[in-house]
Amino acid sequence: MGSVDSDTRIDLYRMMVLIRSFEEAIRAEYHADKKPAWDIGAGLIPGEMHLSAGQEPVAAGLMAHLRPDDAVTATHRPHHLAIAHGVDLGAMTAEIFGRETGLGKGRGGHMHLFDPATHFSCSGIIAEGYPAALGQAFAFRSRGSDAIAVAVAGEGAANAGAFHEALNLGALWQLPVVFVVEDNDWGISVPRGASTSVASNADRGAAHGMPSVRVEGNDVEAVYRAAGEAVQRARSGGGPSLIEIHTLRLWGHFEGDAQGYRPDLDEVDDHDPIPAYEATLRADGVLDEEGIGKIRTQAADRVEQAIQFAKSSPTPDPGEAHRYVFAGAS
Amino acid sequence: MTATLPQTGSRRLSTAKAMVEAISQEMQRDESVFVLGEDVGAYGGIFSSTTGLLDQFGPTRVLDTPISETAFIGLAIGAAVEGMRPVVELMFVDFMGVCLDQIYNHMAKIHYESGGHVSVPLVLTTAVGGGYSDGAQHSQCLWGTFAHLPGMKVVAPSTPYDAKGLMTAAIRDPGPVIYMFHKGVMGLAWMAKNQRSIGAVPEEPYEIEIGKANVVRSGADVTVVTISLSVHHALDVAEQLAGEGISCEVIDLRSIVPLDRAAIRASVAKTGRLVVVDEDYASFGLSGEVIASVVEHDPGLLRAAPVRVAVPDVPIPYARELEYAVLPTPARITEAIREVMRP
Repeated sequence: MGSVDSDTRIDLYRMMVLIRSFEEAIRAEYHADKKPAWDIGAGLIPGEMHLSAGQEPVAAGLMAHLRPDDAVTATHRPHHLAIAHGVDLGAMTAEIFGRETGLGKGRGGHMHLFDPATHFSCSGIIAEGYPAALGQAFAFRSRGSDAIAVAVAGEGAANAGAFHEALNLGALWQLPVVFVVEDNDWGISVPRGASTSVASNADRGAAHGMPSVRVEGNDVEAVYRAAGEAVQRARSGGGPSLIEIHTLRLWGHFEGDAQGYRPDLDEVDDHDPIPAYEATLRADGVLDEEGIGKIRTQAADRVEQAIQFAKSSPTPDPGEAHRYVFAGAS
Repeated sequence: MTATLPQTGSRRLSTAKAMVEAISQEMQRDESVFVLGEDVGAYGGIFSSTTGLLDQFGPTRVLDTPISETAFIGLAIGAAVEGMRPVVELMFVDFMGVCLDQIYNHMAKIHYESGGHVSVPLVLTTAVGGGYSDGAQHSQCLWGTFAHLPGMKVVAPSTPYDAKGLMTAAIRDPGPVIYMFHKGVMGLAWMAKNQRSIGAVPEEPYEIEIGKANVVRSGADVTVVTISLSVHHALDVAEQLAGEGISCEVIDLRSIVPLDRAAIRASVAKTGRLVVVDEDYASFGLSGEVIASVVEHDPGLLRAAPVRVAVPDVPIPYARELEYAVLPTPARITEAIREVMRP
């Protein structure tokens, strides 16, 4: 297992900071106009909002190996994966704000982001994003491309039928897929131990004869190394792999979740992966105060631009709610 | 869309063979078309919907799948998103329960949710219908269920000619199409079949426009709107009643989504009477929708209350006597027509 070079480490850190800046900004915007009586449907960003703070190592470590022609399927908690895969930040933000300039012209929302340019999609239905990745991988292979598909869902999804069906078919047809289980310990309020019969979902990959690994520690470099092997295997025709990544849900299941069910609540912030990685990079002399400050400022600027773009974009015309039901129709 | 349809010619095919011919011709024309599903390879489809395709195109384009409908329909969706044109078979429509999420939350919604940026050009073929004592889990039509959920076109051919033209149109459609073939119209050697399940089919490819009904018999007294196998029952009844001086106009909808409401209204405007024959369940479905298409438009078109001949809201029974008590049989259709004709 080789060490990760300094430039890559800086890139991983930069991506994690960008994701966190984005999630913090969305969180602020989301809550800004829901006072005094909190109403989930009110404000500039209405609806459920599942933010990914704490899970940045998963996205940064995985997506560092991907190209724009590789496909990614994600979940109801998709922002970190979308950003790290290179989905246009402005169009994504505009979709979250429900604007006509959004990825889905305001028809999708934050759980339904589709970006053909980066072959990114997500689904609000647990585990049901895995099968589509099989088909994207199938299409790539049929065309003779070495592009691959990466399918990400949470540890709760690994108990659903779609996960097991997809693993079997992916292994049977040796498709160029990397299956990822993002284990943040919680299925809304149910702890992993109360939902999952095995200590590691990597065991379930083994059941399909698939190389499988569990990555501990919410460690972006460990994710990066494990993903590198799996991506290389898929790209070179070696078939699918399964990676379970133990990560951290820093905030609630959705915004507004008080998390009264969570015994570790007081200590959660102590496990924030970003300050930890920052300290490592400082100690190793990879980044100094100035470098860190610059990365933070750049991230904040990009996020601010995206938010401004969204806010200044037009809302969809209510008379056009019927549009796009059928392809090829006006 | 095809302006003029080819002459039928003299070559006769079963509905199953006409359907396969369309798939085969599209596979020759377009490399992105492929077929997958349970027993679609060596077996050729349990209801002969893919016979010979494996020999013709090989295992990279005709793929037997594991019994994992969520995985392989999801795979078809992912491949379609990337520009391929899968024809994916759900062996019996009754099996939709194990994979409905992929169908209605993904296949049907992606184009809309993406603001039109992502299309899902796939054909989901599935066998429907009863009449041969296959019980409550293998005999349903359920087209009303798919039609109720926005985002998918739904077609159900009744003849070999339409089976080919609708399949060609479905494969070429830029979005998802549910292609529902009734076992009783396929012309299978091992199942009772109607006389029209083998018919003239042109050799060249052609499209039947999805969303366009067909007036299969002109008449003046009563409009019978129906689809799939029931078209044949309606035609048989119309022929019989003509001898009694009742003139029936029979409309084969061919498509449920889009529904050809204009064709229904035009016919009822002429006859003033409406009977809807539907092998799906009666309530909350196609038969009510057909009637609504008329009365929402102009209730004055109807001289008599419309009558539905559909499966009452019970599971399809096993015993022959019970099953035929709930199916839309020629006897029930006859009775319904007499009822609307009653002065």
